[in-house]
Amino acid sequence: MEDLKKILTEHPFFKGLDEEHFALIVGCASNVRIDAGKMILREGEEANHFYLIRSGKVTLQLMTPNKGPVIIETLDEGDILGWSWLVPPYTWHFDAKALELTRMIALDGKCLRNKCENDHHLGYELLKRFADIMMKRLESTRLQLLDIYGDRS
Amino acid sequence: MATAPDLQSLKVDYKRNPMLPWPFQIRRVKHETEDTFTIELQPSGDLEEFTFQPGQFNMVYVYGVGEIPISISGDPANPRTLVHTTRAVGSVTKAMDKMRRGDILGIRGPYGTPWPIDHANGQDVVFVAGGIGLAPLRPVLYEVVAQRERYGKVVLLYGTRTPSDVLFRQELENWRARFDLEIYVTVDRAMSGWRGNVGVVTNLISRAPFDPRNTMAFVCGPEVMMRFTTMELHKRGVDNEHIFVSMERNMKCAIGLCGHCQFGSVFVCKDGPVFRYSQIKDMLVKWEI
Amino acid sequence: MKNFIFERAELDNLVETLKRRGFKVIGPTVRDSAIIYDELTDANDLPIGWTDEQTNGTYRLKRRDDAAVFAWTVGPQSWKKFLFPPIQKIFATHRSTKGLDFPNSKKQAPQESPPIKYAFFGVRSCELNAIAIQDKVFLGGPFIDPLYQRKRTGVFIVAINCNQAGGTCFCASMNTGPKATTGFDLALTEILSDKHHYFVVEAGTELGEDILKNVKCTKATEENLATIKNITEQTVTQMSRSLDTANLKNILYQSSEHPRWERTASLCLTCTNCTMVCPTCFCATVEDVTDLAGKQADRIRKWDSCFTLDFSYIHGGSVRTSTKARYRQWMTHKLASWVDQFGTFGCVGCGRCITWCPVGIDITEEARAIRENQP
Repeated sequence: MEDLKKILTEHPFFKGLDEEHFALIVGCASNVRIDAGKMILREGEEANHFYLIRSGKVTLQLMTPNKGPVIIETLDEGDILGWSWLVPPYTWHFDAKALELTRMIALDGKCLRNKCENDHHLGYELLKRFADIMMKRLESTRLQLLDIYGDRS
Repeated sequence: MATAPDLQSLKVDYKRNPMLPWPFQIRRVKHETEDTFTIELQPSGDLEEFTFQPGQFNMVYVYGVGEIPISISGDPANPRTLVHTTRAVGSVTKAMDKMRRGDILGIRGPYGTPWPIDHANGQDVVFVAGGIGLAPLRPVLYEVVAQRERYGKVVLLYGTRTPSDVLFRQELENWRARFDLEIYVTVDRAMSGWRGNVGVVTNLISRAPFDPRNTMAFVCGPEVMMRFTTMELHKRGVDNEHIFVSMERNMKCAIGLCGHCQFGSVFVCKDGPVFRYSQIKDMLVKWEI
Repeated sequence: MKNFIFERAELDNLVETLKRRGFKVIGPTVRDSAIIYDELTDANDLPIGWTDEQTNGTYRLKRRDDAAVFAWTVGPQSWKKFLFPPIQKIFATHRSTKGLDFPNSKKQAPQESPPIKYAFFGVRSCELNAIAIQDKVFLGGPFIDPLYQRKRTGVFIVAINCNQAGGTCFCASMNTGPKATTGFDLALTEILSDKHHYFVVEAGTELGEDILKNVKCTKATEENLATIKNITEQTVTQMSRSLDTANLKNILYQSSEHPRWERTASLCLTCTNCTMVCPTCFCATVEDVTDLAGKQADRIRKWDSCFTLDFSYIHGGSVRTSTKARYRQWMTHKLASWVDQFGTFGCVGCGRCITWCPVGIDITEEARAIRENQP
């Protein structure tokens, strides 16, 4: 547990969070290890966690009927995976798969969102942090949409 | 009143007439990707060597078709082979794509400003390339690899469209195998066979291993990619003075006389194509400059 | 300063002398209802007894009731067409059974006929400045334009000081006229009173002075010089337009999103007239053409204009798609970036772009509107 706390403290995502809230978060955390090739989460399943990737590589992908899975983005060490736990109906919209052996810290979103409902200060702190991640992902997605390298599309 | 230069002191030297191309013979054409090819040339006629500095470009002339600027993508340490990598997208490049060993192309150059790699002595060097933008960076990568001891960390961040659009695959593999080079490739989209990164190249910057306070960054790719790349580099703490970008504009003469490549007050052909980011930063966000 | 006077009749002699010295004498002449520049057979080809009326989008020739030779200003052409021709071959490549033959693959310089020796007869001060500006562009380095250099070297210039301002002139405010101060071999001032029609001539070079030896001259008097001064002052007073150049570069650089550009763009037809008549515009494109048998490919240089969509084309599209961006590029280049590039404005106040604009856009008015409406 001490080990988990240390990792969470050092992660920029939790920077500036006050002691009390931080203790809550640590209380919701657990270590996860996913072997290469294994699914982490699947589209349509209940979204009850988010993950902080400690090592490895994760693909976010979407199944298409004629092309198979299309990789939307890859996430690496330090990235946060998953925000569907935060927004109703709390189901995953993409698949996530470990491309390599991946170690993560899983945070229990179900427990956290109840706490956030009761403590809006905590809720706001977490939302601010997720908003930042969402903005970065959206910006990346917009750049990908531009398809700046090609004209064959 | 503008004063004219001393006309009598200017001698016409036809061999140095910057408007006349030199004949170069094609030795090899290599298809890199579906639409991109590398062409290796050797001087023919009484020119024996072709020296250039990394980042410079040539005007490449196809008999009767036209002439376009193409960056040099070969090794500056090998002046007997001139290498260009380009996409077959316009009439000239499409004509080049059909040429074979032994055919003759016209070459004028080298023109433009080089990557100021000399200024990076003792510092970390970060290359950020987007798409075909890797081609103008390859000569400076060769140079850095050849004099590896002069630099701190050397990082290449390369983004392209799909895994099949990755250029210089073999070379990237060789470089990746070295312990003293950090090579990261990312693509905008991939199917499940791809084991590398998916996402825009700017995503790689926040985690790349370099010391932002002691880094020179060389960026080449589409203008939008360069804008977002410089933003990320800046966020990471790299000074705008230490970021260099390579610009593209329409060019007809490459010697500052035809007016086409003006970008604000600079001529991309003779004041660029490599610019210090701080010099052109304000113009990059103006529309249609 | 070496100033002389000669009678009107001696003007014929001056043209004749230049011809005898081997110059191809180019001067103003009336053609197709305009005063243009072409080779002079003799001084009778000059626009004797003609004047022009000019204002925004308007140019008309009119008969005078006297026989003044230079009592008009500038027409649609400038001397640029001789030094930097609208269409010019850069080189030819030949294809034979032995392969391609590039100009640079030969050991020896190709034989070229000696360049034409031009004498420009009747060059106004704005034009002298325009030539000096193009000298900077084409010969200022780092690269020299050999085609321009070949034509420019050895040009003999007979300047003419303006004795009246045209309807669109603003050279006084650009500090480029109306009196020629440098860059000429000879500078004439035409003086026509009821009884006396004569020229004051200033020799600017030794060659100019030498040429004058064949013309019946007498030394100019103080009174003659005072008359010239008067004429110049009068011409300045006549000028109805002006362009305030104070801090102009910075004002334009800071005004790239000024609403005026949109307004002007709604009028501008991007017809390129202003760039074609401008004596300093130097933009060019190239065309590669082959003969039908494919045995020879020529590379041709042609005047181009920043008002065309093609001008800024890079793979995927043009950089300047809007008329606003293209007008802004042209005017900002003339009055701001040109200063950074060549140390001088790219405008000499000749007024051609105002006269020949089909919708009458006036660069002095545009500059004023932007200056007077700063945020």
